[in-house]
Order: sequence, then structure tokens, then C-alpha cells
Amino acid sequence: MKRTNLVYILFCLVLTSCSPVDMNSPMPVFDTGVDPDTWAQIQVGEFLYGQNEEIQFTDAYEIMVTDVTTAQYAAFLNRALSTDFVRIEGDQVSGYYPGDKFNVVKHEERIEAGDWSFIPLNDPSQRIKYDGETFSAQPGYENHPMTMVTWFGARGYCEFYGWRLPTEIEWEKAARGSDARPLPWGDEILRENANFYASRDPYEDMGSYGSRTTPVGFYNGKKYGNYQTLDSASPYGLYDMAGNVWQWTGNVYEGMHYRFMRGGSKDTYDMDLRVWVTNNATPTYFSPGVGFRCVK
Amino acid sequence: MINVKNRFKYLFISTKGLILVAIAMIGLTTAIWGMLSGPMAEMGVREVVIKLFNMDIVQSEREGRIIILYHSIAMAVIAIETYIVTSMIKMKEFYKLAIRALITAGYLTAMIFGMGFAYFGHNWAFHGLYISGLALIFFAGVLLCVALWPWNKEYMIPGKDHTRTKKGVSVERMAFFATALTTVISALFGAIPGSFFGNGFETFLAENIIRLPEKTTMQYSVIGHLHIMLALICIMVTLIIGRWLNFKGILHKFAMPLIILGTIVLNLGVWGVATPLEPIAHMIIYVGATPAMLGALLLVIFGFDKFIREGTAHIEKPKFRQKINALLKDPLKFGPLWQMIFMNFTTSFIGIFMAVRLDEIFRVRAAREERIELTGHWHVLSAIVATIILLYYGDMVGMKGKVRQWYGWSIILFSDIAFSAVTIFEMKRLFISEAEQQPLVNWLMIAIDTGLGMLLVILAVLMVYRLVDLFKKKGRWTEEVEHELSEEVNS
Repeated sequence: MKRTNLVYILFCLVLTSCSPVDMNSPMPVFDTGVDPDTWAQIQVGEFLYGQNEEIQFTDAYEIMVTDVTTAQYAAFLNRALSTDFVRIEGDQVSGYYPGDKFNVVKHEERIEAGDWSFIPLNDPSQRIKYDGETFSAQPGYENHPMTMVTWFGARGYCEFYGWRLPTEIEWEKAARGSDARPLPWGDEILRENANFYASRDPYEDMGSYGSRTTPVGFYNGKKYGNYQTLDSASPYGLYDMAGNVWQWTGNVYEGMHYRFMRGGSKDTYDMDLRVWVTNNATPTYFSPGVGFRCVK
Repeated sequence: MINVKNRFKYLFISTKGLILVAIAMIGLTTAIWGMLSGPMAEMGVREVVIKLFNMDIVQSEREGRIIILYHSIAMAVIAIETYIVTSMIKMKEFYKLAIRALITAGYLTAMIFGMGFAYFGHNWAFHGLYISGLALIFFAGVLLCVALWPWNKEYMIPGKDHTRTKKGVSVERMAFFATALTTVISALFGAIPGSFFGNGFETFLAENIIRLPEKTTMQYSVIGHLHIMLALICIMVTLIIGRWLNFKGILHKFAMPLIILGTIVLNLGVWGVATPLEPIAHMIIYVGATPAMLGALLLVIFGFDKFIREGTAHIEKPKFRQKINALLKDPLKFGPLWQMIFMNFTTSFIGIFMAVRLDEIFRVRAAREERIELTGHWHVLSAIVATIILLYYGDMVGMKGKVRQWYGWSIILFSDIAFSAVTIFEMKRLFISEAEQQPLVNWLMIAIDTGLGMLLVILAVLMVYRLVDLFKKKGRWTEEVEHELSEEVNS
């Protein structure tokens, strides 16, 4: 009898693990007070790049203070659709990309000129909704970073407005400033600094859906309900340069089709939030943990 | 004073004492440093451990710390294998003593001062001692090769039970020699890039550079080194288990040449990654791995057949169930061979599947996903080696009756539950999306943590028992002082 009970309990546990996740379960709505339309000025000059702190140089540029939000991306799609910059093809939004030079290197894949997917529309994790005429952000997600966007979709957004994706060097300088800090705000990380795996923020429930994005600029020192954040801006005043979502960067490297991401995400441990850590994927990759910001 | 001297003699001179110390050191390191990552970090235990031990954790030095941690544990495992080999295989007493003295001083120095340097502030004298420890282990390896030289007339074997050449050279000894020699050379293969990167205070983990289309020779050397060292540890464990079970007969005649051939070709392939042979190096590696694994398979067939025959010797026509009962009768002997089979499901098959479908499936996703798959499979492989050693150690310390059954089956079951869950975790993206994975991840984590946690509990109980035993005047340790493993080879 005891053995039967044990098997029953184990069976129930397995069933629990198979129960579907409610991707639209209720979540708190907070206004962070950080305007996603603001830009930060990065000065010309040298800085320490990478884990081994090699000296690199950049010209002056401006970079978005936050990741591009879902609301911003929906607005872009509406304008881009009306000007034929993007097209709806089946269950995805596509746009033109001029292609990459193919070097026939091992594992390299050809990226031809033509239409490439910007975002999928049928994925349950997609927070952009299309009613047949207009794109809109899913209520509650307006000020969250735009996710489920491919590299082409990120690049397309920046290009549409005359901007571009940051290079890896530009991204890291904006995150790190001029000293050797490993994290945008300093040397150590606490749970209240950023949204990372099991960081216990108000948007997370590890017992069911796991991690979710936090609104852009969430970790600005404000208190949201009972949750007190630490001001975790980079030396240039950028938010979310560590955690929340990985951010696509613009480099296209010779001999590989992979595109690189920076910053770590809600789904990674704190070690991936260090400013020099990279991730990469094919440019068609999209995920609930990948977003972007632009430079000009 | 005499009591202390006797115990010291047991712990640092006798085979079983030396193995006990090394297992205790690995257990201690695993227990403490295992609390710095994964679920322990999530639960906040990491911060407590860091404060409790006053560790100095600098974000930018994580990779360097981990490299020293891996080496510290691996050196203790290599030491255990060396103790067993020097106890099982005939060699001059001088070599045996010298090898053991060097490797014991080496791994303890490397482990204590290496971890001291990595986690408790950068005392550069500690770093120097860490390197000195590694150098001592290297020298012990060179001496082991000399001691194992198979063409010495003293070591020629009579009879035809064990595979021999026409002149009587033991082919099994040649296999031990080939594995030891290639291990020493492959250690150099890591030492050279280690010095290169160490001089510039640069560190990297191999799994973080896998997708770079162009790697430097030194980066290739590091990748090759870590793969081949783990493979050689596995091959040596296979040879050790074969010797313990008195592997012989027709299967032995095929297995030993296959293992020798496999070991040499595997090494040539891995060394080839740092040469112009790089484009075909993987093909050479596959060619080498196949006979080595075939040799291990023959050992498993021999062992299972032996257990069944011995267990049913008293029955005239044994039925299938009786044969299975005989096979499973002794978990400490069945376990190591079963773990070798199980390894294929968690490591070999996964590795082959990944290699075959790399660009179509695995490299379409983010590199961090691929990193989970890569690090998962070699952690499991390392842990399987550890369980095989623990099962053999259970026999060494003379476990009998129910204790033997509980100890053996607990290690097999808990480790296999954990390793199966890790394998599903690695491969989860094949059947579940990121957004939907959390309940499955939670369930897998329970299985992994329970499995690994229970393994550590079993190890802790064993270590406490051994510690208490050491305080007894006529404890088990007094019986083990003079025991050699060659005396305990199965008939």
C-alpha cells in the first residue's frame, strides 16, 4: 500500500510538471518613470574593453537609455507597414535585408539578400498583437522590452528611423564607462540590481511560469509596492544593461552568420550579466529573453 | 605518538589509506564549492558560504577560479587511479613508493594552495605552490610510465588466460602503459597553453568560444586538453575495473588491442587539432573512440557473463529470472559496468546526436543553450567516473550484506536519476519552449538535486564511518594497512 502511495505521489508530481504554463497570468503594472524615448550621449575616447581590459576607442555616439519597448515596436510596425517597409507573410512580419558576404567557412550559413522574418505573430510568447489592421502591445507589456524579435527585426527597427544597432564595442562602453567595472553599476551584484534568474523580482514566479521581463528602467532605486530596487544605471545613465533581456548588437563578422548579444537576461545566472559576456545565435533566432536598443 | 604514527602510515602510505584521503579531499571540495552555484546560489546559500569562509570572490576572475577548481578535483581523481594502478600492477617497490610520494605531495599541494589562491585572495606564493604541485604530479606520471614499461622481462606473463605477445609481453600492461604515457603527453598539451594564457593573466572557458570560426592554436590546445584528459581518465578506469574483475579469455584478447589502438588514435586526433590536421582531427577522434569504446563493451559483456555464470553455478538449467538475479546480486560489481553502459545514454549518444545535427538543430539556437548541453554532458561523464570509483571503493573497504546492497544500489539509483534528469535538462529545447519550460525545469531540478544530494550524503556517511574507525585502536584501518588491491582481484 505504501509503495502504491509513493508511486501515486510521484505520478502526480510528473503530471504537475506537464501542466501548461499560463503565459498571460496576471502581473503587476508599474510605471518606472524612465522615458524610453531618451538617449544618452557617449563621449569620444578610449575605454577598457573585455574581461582582459584591452584598450579600445570609439567616436562619440548616442544610445537609447532603455531597451526598445513593446509599445515602441508596435508603433514602428504600424508606420512601417503603411510605408511597405515590412510585410505580413503568413504568421510573421518580414522585411528586407541586403544580405551578407558568404565566405564558405565551416558552419557558416548563407544570408542572402531578400525578405527575412522580423517577428513571429503566432507564438504565444509574442507580446505584439495584430488584429488584421493594426499592431498593438499586449496590455501590461507596453513598457516592457520588445522581445521575440529577430536580429533582422531589431536592425529593421533602427534602420527605419535612421539609426543602427550598436557594435559590441559601443555597447560595452555604454555599459561600463571608463573604468574596469564588471557590472554597469559597480563591482558586485545583489538581487535588487537586475532581473536575472531567480532574482525574486515581483514579475517572477519560479513555481509556475518562471522569469518574466521587468519594465524598462525598473532598477532605478524606486520602490514598487514592497519591492525596493537599487539604482543600477550604467555610468552613462543607461538602464537594463545587465539582465532583463539580451540585447542584439550590430556586428556582422567575416566567416560566420551568428549575431552577438550582450547583457545577460532574466533567464541567466548573474555571471552572464558581466559586461563582457557575449551570447550569439543565428539572425533568425527570437526568444522571450532577447531584445535590443539602438544607437545614432 | 605511536598511535599517530600508525594512522599516518595508514593514511599516507597504504593503498587504501591514500585512496581514502583523496576521496575525502574530493568530497570536502565538492560539498563546499558545490554550494556556490546552481540551486544553492538561487536559495542564497552561496552568500552564506562566501561569508562563512571569508572567500574573496571577484567577478572578473570567475573563469580562472573554476579552472583551478576543476584541476584540483581532477588531480585527486588522477591520484586515486595512480594508487590503484600501482597497487594492482606489478612494479619495482622503489617506483611504487616514489610515484605515490610524488603524486600525493603533488595533488595535496595543488589542491590546497590552488584553492587558496583562487578563492581566498591572491597570494602569489600559493599560485607558485599550485604550479609546483601540478609539476610533481607530472613527474609522478613520467615515473609511472617508466614503472609500467611492458617489455621488461620481469613482467612477462606465462599462460594464455591473459592476452600476451609471442614473447610473453602482457598486452593489458601495454594498455596501462599506453594510457599513462598518453596522459602525460596530453598533460603537456594543456600545460603549454596554460603557461601562455597564464602569463598574460588571461583565462577563458572552452564552452564560451565554441562558435568562433577561427581559434588560435593555443585555444585549440586547451579544448583538446580538457577533452582528452577526461577521456583518458575514463579509459584508465575501464582498465582498472577490468583488472579488478580479472578480465581474461577470448574477449580480453580482442579488447586490449582495441583499447590500445583506440587510445593512441584518439590522442593523435586530439593533438591534431593544434596542427594543420585540424580539419580532419574530428574524424581521427571518431576512429579512435570507436575501438576504445568497443573494448569497454567487451569488458561489460565479459563481466555480465561472469556474474551470471558464477551466480547460477549451482543451478543446472537457470531460468531467465534466475540469471537476472545473479547479474544484479552484487551492486558493487554490477554497478561499475552498468554505469559504463549508462554513460552512453548521457554522454556518447548525446555527443554523437549533437555532432550529426549540430547546424540543423543545436546551432540554430543561442550559444548559451549549446553551453548547457556541452557542460552538462561532461559534468555527467566526470560524475559517472566518480560513482564507478565509489562503487569499487565500497568493495575495497569490505562492505558486506545489507550495507553493501544499500550502498551499491543507492549510488546506482541516485546517480542515474540525477544524470538522466541532467540529460533531459540539456536536451529540453528539443521538445519544450523557453516560455513553457519552468515546471519541467523545477521537476528536473528536484531529481538532480535529490540524486546528487543523496550521493553526497552517502559519501558523507562513509567518510564519517571511516573517521570514527580511525579513532578505534583495532579498527578496520588496521586490517587495511598492508592490503594490496592485486590480492583482491576476482578469481
